[in-house]
Amino acid sequence: MIHGRNMISIWFFIGVLVLLYGIIIFGWGMVSGGHSATGRAITLSELRTDLWMGGFMTIAGAFYTWKFAPKGKEK
Amino acid sequence: MPCPTVPGFLLATGGSIMSLEGVDLAVIVLYFVAVIGIGLYLKSHTKTGEDFFMAGREMTAWIAGLSFLAANLGSLELMGWAGAAYQYGILATHWYWVGAIPAMLFLGLVMMPFYYICKTHSVPGYLQLRYGENSRMLSAISFGFMTVLMSGINMFAMAKVMQVVLGWDLNFSIWISSLTVGAYVVLGGLLSAIFNEVLQFVLIWLGAMLVPIVGLIETGGWSGMVARIHSNPVVQSHINGQDFTHLWSTMGTFSGNPMGIHWTGIVFGLGWVISFGYWTTDFLVVQRVMSAKDLRSAKMAPIIGAAFKMFVPFIVILPGLLGLAVLPQLLVPENQRAAGLFTYNDVLPLMLARYLGPGLLGLGVTALIAGFMSGMAGNVTAFSTVWTYDIYKAVRKKEMSDDHLVKVGRWATIVGILISIGAAYLAMQFQSIMDYVQALFSFFIAPLFGTVIFGMMWKRATPAAGFWGLLTGTASSVVMWAWVKVDPTALHYIALSPNAKDMAENMYRALWSWCICAIVTIVVSYCTKPKPESELVGLVYGIGEIPHETALPLWKRPIFWAAVVIVVFFVLNLMVW
Repeated sequence: MIHGRNMISIWFFIGVLVLLYGIIIFGWGMVSGGHSATGRAITLSELRTDLWMGGFMTIAGAFYTWKFAPKGKEK
Repeated sequence: MPCPTVPGFLLATGGSIMSLEGVDLAVIVLYFVAVIGIGLYLKSHTKTGEDFFMAGREMTAWIAGLSFLAANLGSLELMGWAGAAYQYGILATHWYWVGAIPAMLFLGLVMMPFYYICKTHSVPGYLQLRYGENSRMLSAISFGFMTVLMSGINMFAMAKVMQVVLGWDLNFSIWISSLTVGAYVVLGGLLSAIFNEVLQFVLIWLGAMLVPIVGLIETGGWSGMVARIHSNPVVQSHINGQDFTHLWSTMGTFSGNPMGIHWTGIVFGLGWVISFGYWTTDFLVVQRVMSAKDLRSAKMAPIIGAAFKMFVPFIVILPGLLGLAVLPQLLVPENQRAAGLFTYNDVLPLMLARYLGPGLLGLGVTALIAGFMSGMAGNVTAFSTVWTYDIYKAVRKKEMSDDHLVKVGRWATIVGILISIGAAYLAMQFQSIMDYVQALFSFFIAPLFGTVIFGMMWKRATPAAGFWGLLTGTASSVVMWAWVKVDPTALHYIALSPNAKDMAENMYRALWSWCICAIVTIVVSYCTKPKPESELVGLVYGIGEIPHETALPLWKRPIFWAAVVIVVFFVLNLMVW
């Protein structure tokens, strides 16, 4: 948030974008099973980093969106 | 599952390192929508010249600090240093630690009060207050010219990377990225650039952090990675028996390390001249700190930036080292690029493609694009400010309305981007100029640091000395560079060793040009008349009061956090000594 001005915080924008990314990555991971549709080999794909990272981003993004959501009407 | 394919207009001919899927493209498109949306939102909050050029001087220490760091984290920086780690090993980390941290802390604790108190709009603006119009004009013109040229060269290099990595068309990459940056900077000026840089900083970390994490899992931790580097048969000819995983212990001799440099070059050339020159006088990064809301925030911003900078090697250097350990093919220098061969600069994209699945790969590519755009936005906002205040307004010599200055700033942004695009196409035609322009930019950094630091720390430095020190320092750097180009044996004199690589040569050339600037500044100062002290209040150490934070509790003082950062800095260096 920048000082002394009634403006939406940058952390809110970041929260929304990270939340959307989290949902997309987690959701796609669930649907695709972590495999590339183009047949690209992914090393250690069994770790399911898409689910872990997507889940982390969803939670972190949701928290920042809630925490820094605009309160009331802007001046 | 059917794969939504990438549209054909993106594709150039030839193969690529990565193949993106529809979900990856969705992640990238969402990023472009977000940055333009932020620019549109901030347009209504950008009304005055202070808003457009200095973000209203209302940034908190965190925002200014992260933006300060993000403006430096261009994608070429990410890929280039990952490539340097593959080429030179862990020595590349010096550019993040000794080559950054002390200078960033020095900027926050010592130099920022002078920049901030005099309320200047730019580094050339400080030179005008301290030395006069000649020094300001010399540094403003050289900075403005080189900034847009560098921006264009980087734009071409980025487009080239996108072509090699993703198979994207060069023209598409150049126009879409520069028009997006242009749109959000024209709309919201520095305010918009800073907001987007913080967003880009977060995305860079999110997009790149999985590579070192999964890489270390694959190799079995740090010791497992070191063992695999030494046992990976494809890289043994590249390593040639040298130590790639220790930072200082191999630097006792020029020939004992992959870079061909002695510790004196790293400490004095990089750690002193290049690093202090870049981090304390390059307006591209300093502008972000000048936007802080008060002096304490301005002092804290570089310290916060330094704290994060220390950990950037985790996402940049470590992937390069992991590449040595796990990649099944040997990477080659850029000038040996050929079909079927990958170069050092490809190591980060190769590692992204190795570990990241659909969606995450799009996030990794977004991190590279975000890095490029944050660097370019840094260039164009700095250019726009220097052009408007230090060239246009200085030459016109009359009072101008705020509205007029903002209008000039917006046009300067558009023109700066168009010149950058022109430079990108120039580089496309004459690719060898990239080597020269990189060197040209370094010509100005070391002498400028000499001129600024003498101006801040020595009240006897005179206006004539500032100008002639800057001019002779820059000229000497050009002469030394040309000398080695014409006669390669001169490397023995400039870099103290015939084994020196380009980076080592840059270190020593910067050191000598700074020394020449310093000597000329001192000699001319004693031969000419200094300014009266009354004109130096708030500009020079020891003249006038500098506010301190002694009334604040210890944990709120910048000096305390700088001490914490420096302790961590020493611990990290010792861990990989």
